[in-house]
Amino acid sequence: MSTIALERFRENYLNASHTAKSWLLTRDHKRIAVLYVIAITLFFFVGGFTAVLFRLELLTPQSDLVSPETYNRLFTLHGVIMVWFFLIPAVPTVLGNFLVPLMIGARDMAYPTLNLASWYVFMIGGIITFGAVLWGGVDTGWTFYTPYSSQYSNGAVIIAIVGVFIAGFSSIFTAINIIVTTHKLRAPGMTWSRLPLFIWSNYATSVILILATPVLAITLLLLAFERVFGIGIFDPALGGDPVLFQHLFWFYSHPAVYIMILPSMGIISELVAAFTRRRIFGYTFVALASLGIAIISFLVWGHHMFVAGQSAYASAVFSGLSFLVAIPSAIKVFNWTATMYKGSISFETPMLYALGFIGLFTVGGLTGLYVAAMALDVHVHDTYFIVAHFHYIMVGASVMGYMGGLHYWWPKISGRMYPEWWGRVSAALIFFGFNLTFFPQFILGYLGMPRRYATYPDEFQVYNVMSTAGASILAVGYVLPLIYFLWSMRRAPTAPPNPWGASGLEWTVSSPPPVENFAEIPVVTAEAYTFGPETLEDEREDDTTSPPP
Amino acid sequence: MERHITPFRTYLLVYLSLILLLAATVGAAFLDLGFLNLIITLAIASVKALLVILYFMHVRESEPATKLFVIAGFIWLIILMGLTLTDYLTRCS
Amino acid sequence: MSEKTTLQVHPHNPYAAGEAQASLNTLGMWVFLTTEVMFFGGLFTGYMILRLLYADTFAEASRHLDLIAGAVNTFILLTSSFSMALSVRAARLGKNFALFFFLFITIMLGTAFLGIKFYEYYLKFQEGLIPTASFVYEGENPGQARLFFSLYFIMTGLHAVHMIIGIFILSIAALMALFKRFSETRYAPIETIGLYWHFVDLVWIFLFPLLYLIDRT
Repeated sequence: MSTIALERFRENYLNASHTAKSWLLTRDHKRIAVLYVIAITLFFFVGGFTAVLFRLELLTPQSDLVSPETYNRLFTLHGVIMVWFFLIPAVPTVLGNFLVPLMIGARDMAYPTLNLASWYVFMIGGIITFGAVLWGGVDTGWTFYTPYSSQYSNGAVIIAIVGVFIAGFSSIFTAINIIVTTHKLRAPGMTWSRLPLFIWSNYATSVILILATPVLAITLLLLAFERVFGIGIFDPALGGDPVLFQHLFWFYSHPAVYIMILPSMGIISELVAAFTRRRIFGYTFVALASLGIAIISFLVWGHHMFVAGQSAYASAVFSGLSFLVAIPSAIKVFNWTATMYKGSISFETPMLYALGFIGLFTVGGLTGLYVAAMALDVHVHDTYFIVAHFHYIMVGASVMGYMGGLHYWWPKISGRMYPEWWGRVSAALIFFGFNLTFFPQFILGYLGMPRRYATYPDEFQVYNVMSTAGASILAVGYVLPLIYFLWSMRRAPTAPPNPWGASGLEWTVSSPPPVENFAEIPVVTAEAYTFGPETLEDEREDDTTSPPP
Repeated sequence: MERHITPFRTYLLVYLSLILLLAATVGAAFLDLGFLNLIITLAIASVKALLVILYFMHVRESEPATKLFVIAGFIWLIILMGLTLTDYLTRCS
Repeated sequence: MSEKTTLQVHPHNPYAAGEAQASLNTLGMWVFLTTEVMFFGGLFTGYMILRLLYADTFAEASRHLDLIAGAVNTFILLTSSFSMALSVRAARLGKNFALFFFLFITIMLGTAFLGIKFYEYYLKFQEGLIPTASFVYEGENPGQARLFFSLYFIMTGLHAVHMIIGIFILSIAALMALFKRFSETRYAPIETIGLYWHFVDLVWIFLFPLLYLIDRT
């Protein structure tokens, strides 16, 4: 493989063309990933800004910065944006789109035009959802529970629903691409058992997207009909059942949280392998655990409804199944840890995020087990305990995984190195700020502070102040990478093809990659995560048993 | 991969079976079999669906990956309906 | 072999390129159809729960639906699946005119289905059974019956929307066939459209008995 420094002057996917049309009508999965990262980053900071506002409000027990009605709109917007316009799409559409074809040795995704369409559909969904904000906002919470959302709320519920409904198609298109690409476009010799674990994770995530998202679509459609025509399916006065909405909603939304975590788990596998310079311990178990998580995630949704009016019997069933889903997650954590044992560990920025992920995911996962137990959940449901639990997973794990992945693959995507020192500082700020923000919330929830309230009793103020202080540190930690990533595109040193000495097909091409990814489709003969003096290239020259490409 | 051209006769036989089953399902609706009515209805519909899927949609000669997704869709439907029923069938009211 | 894909092609199979593309598109379409199964599935789940709760009223309300219209429509749709299958067969054989002919039949049958469906909707409107404020029902539980009719209109309405989209796409394909744009090595789009059309038929295969045939004794 060529590693000459002059490579950066060769045409790559970034400098191949500079016109707006070449970007807005691109079919290149790498450019589509860049279009997505711009959109995703925008949504992240808007969602983050809503959090800044309500965390400021929560500095004092009274509702003095914003009215309770505005407060309700703020946390709803925060949830809607962070769930549907940041967490669900982020890794699959940015890192997945960029890396899946490269990692499997393909030139592009199976349906490049569908890929471009998915970005436009995403943007349309996002714009419409913003329209809901301009039209007075939504105050139902991101969960749109009936009968409030169907009968009593006077916010722009329908507009928000339409925006989310449309964005769902974007997810489906991306998932179709990832699934078909993984099945059909693997390079010769790239068997399923040689795939990087990032691919396994994104594949499992795509399966969840396919099976779950449509149920959200029909649920939102029914909610819209209920609200506009009063059909009564969720209205007890007309013979319907509001809990039916919750069943249908959570059938999607619980697997959705695994959509949010699985791709980041895939990133962690890549980071741990690269920065301990070892093959992931128990590769097969980690790969199968991804599928296990995807499957079992569909069997547990009722644990969101223990106090909603669901029968005790059904609640018991869901509680038991929820304990089960912890097993494949734990398998992954143990395997990552075992990989690190006696490995050659280095602490670059991506590895800092990976280590943060493993610790914080463990806390989030364990507290998930606490609340899977009905006896505890009836007390902490709808309190800050739940808020802390899911933020440990969503932010502590999922976002840190995304940040780790962005840093790790930044040289490949942009052709530049980010500044390592600032990277570590930001990672430390994020870790510290995150814990200061959310650990006090476990205490608050345990003490009984309810979620989604603009006011609270005076005795909770000290923890709320700690939480807001943490949030301000966290905000700095997130803004810094935005600044230095942008800075690096002009001022940082250019990156070699494989700055980390990692294994994987994406590291065998230039940074940034050429438009067609590979000059010649590679023939794969090695397992994933092969470190050591032999390179893929050497093995390929010696191998006479595989068919020629 | 061999080229599969399904014979016209196969399609015709499947079509006639579907029409026969349609007549059967309409006929069965006029019989009072209590609980069995629903079972028969769903059974006939499932057979019709299977015929369309296997022969008209060529799933019979499709790849394992395709078959996997066909089966997964229906299993997941069962999961959605079945686990939701565990709530509604065990409510006190 | 196209530049963009790395599909393995057997050099001795002259139909390889067409089959490779077809198999790629078939898997993609089935993955999409799986989303459609879950989409209608959510609706069927809601129907199942409400029918469980209000079995008798649902049976009674179901008898207000025109059985003949429903049965004829089922017959029409099954026949359109037959003609669609024959379209795909013609496409695989590279016979553009036969393809056009069978697509045309399918489109005509689909349009007939929609015609009968909308006529049924019109009848319901005249009987005051559209679940808006002007809903009138003479049975014991008008509220429960209203739920039945809401589900009826949403389920068959969504199905009809899918059919309209299908007819639109079929029309484009028929035009392309008329201009001889398909061949033995380029028929993947017809396969894909065929799968979609058969799926729409599958939904109706379940909708018809569940809505029209609850209890006709």
